[in-house]
Amino acid sequence: MERVPILKIGDILLVSIQLDMSDQTAVQLQEDLAERIVATGCHGVIIDITALDIVDSFVGRMLSTIASISRVLDAETVVAGMRPAVAITLVELGLSLNGIRTALNVERGMELIAAARADELDHQLDDDPDVETATP
Amino acid sequence: MTAGIDLGHPQAQAIRSDEDVVRVRQLVRAVAVAVKLSLVDQTKVVTAASELARNTLVYGGGGAVEVTIVDNGRRKGVRIVFADSGPGIPDLDLALTDGYTTGGGLGLGLSGARRLVDEFGIETSAATGTRITVTKWSR
Repeated sequence: MERVPILKIGDILLVSIQLDMSDQTAVQLQEDLAERIVATGCHGVIIDITALDIVDSFVGRMLSTIASISRVLDAETVVAGMRPAVAITLVELGLSLNGIRTALNVERGMELIAAARADELDHQLDDDPDVETATP
Repeated sequence: MTAGIDLGHPQAQAIRSDEDVVRVRQLVRAVAVAVKLSLVDQTKVVTAASELARNTLVYGGGGAVEVTIVDNGRRKGVRIVFADSGPGIPDLDLALTDGYTTGGGLGLGLSGARRLVDEFGIETSAATGTRITVTKWSR
């Protein structure tokens, strides 16, 4: 069985799916990612699907599951680079990819994660009465 | 990539494993490109084939697929037949309902695949298994 590599870039794990995955490879990726999130303490996951020419219900479910797992592990997931034909097909298939953040490309995905992280840190500061915040 | 596939004849592929589902996708794509389906239609028919091949494996206990180029005089198309000798589908209407599943999936395989193709036919019985025929025509 082939395995999808996971790269760590700063605080982000980047997965670029370059092969036509078997279902088993997709399930393996789910498990590998969960382990890497915990091992690295990364707060963001980007799944680049630019090279995928289809997303069927199995891969769609895998993407949703990865997003849910990473949320539980304090990481944000962004799916980047979906092709227009894939988007059209997904909608017609009836898959809504609930709970998944998307970006047009990896760069925008990184910005999205950085912004989400900054927001979250702001809120944590606001909630903590012992911490002085910059807001007047 | 398509070299070595003789598209003048029906192409057969067994479905016995995960990897075979990947092979079905690749075969259907090669034929869809050969009949010059648009990119969106290629994507739709390959996605439908992926769903149905997985059903053949998971629910039918494996089977086979046959991919043929069809021509109705005006347009060309891809016809795909999925056959298994599994237990059949007891309640077809229910199985074609969005969100209905007995296998722990999303329940979009059969109903979703039907939406992605132009023609969809299904014969199923406990005695003979399930045979699904789908066709996608070029525009």
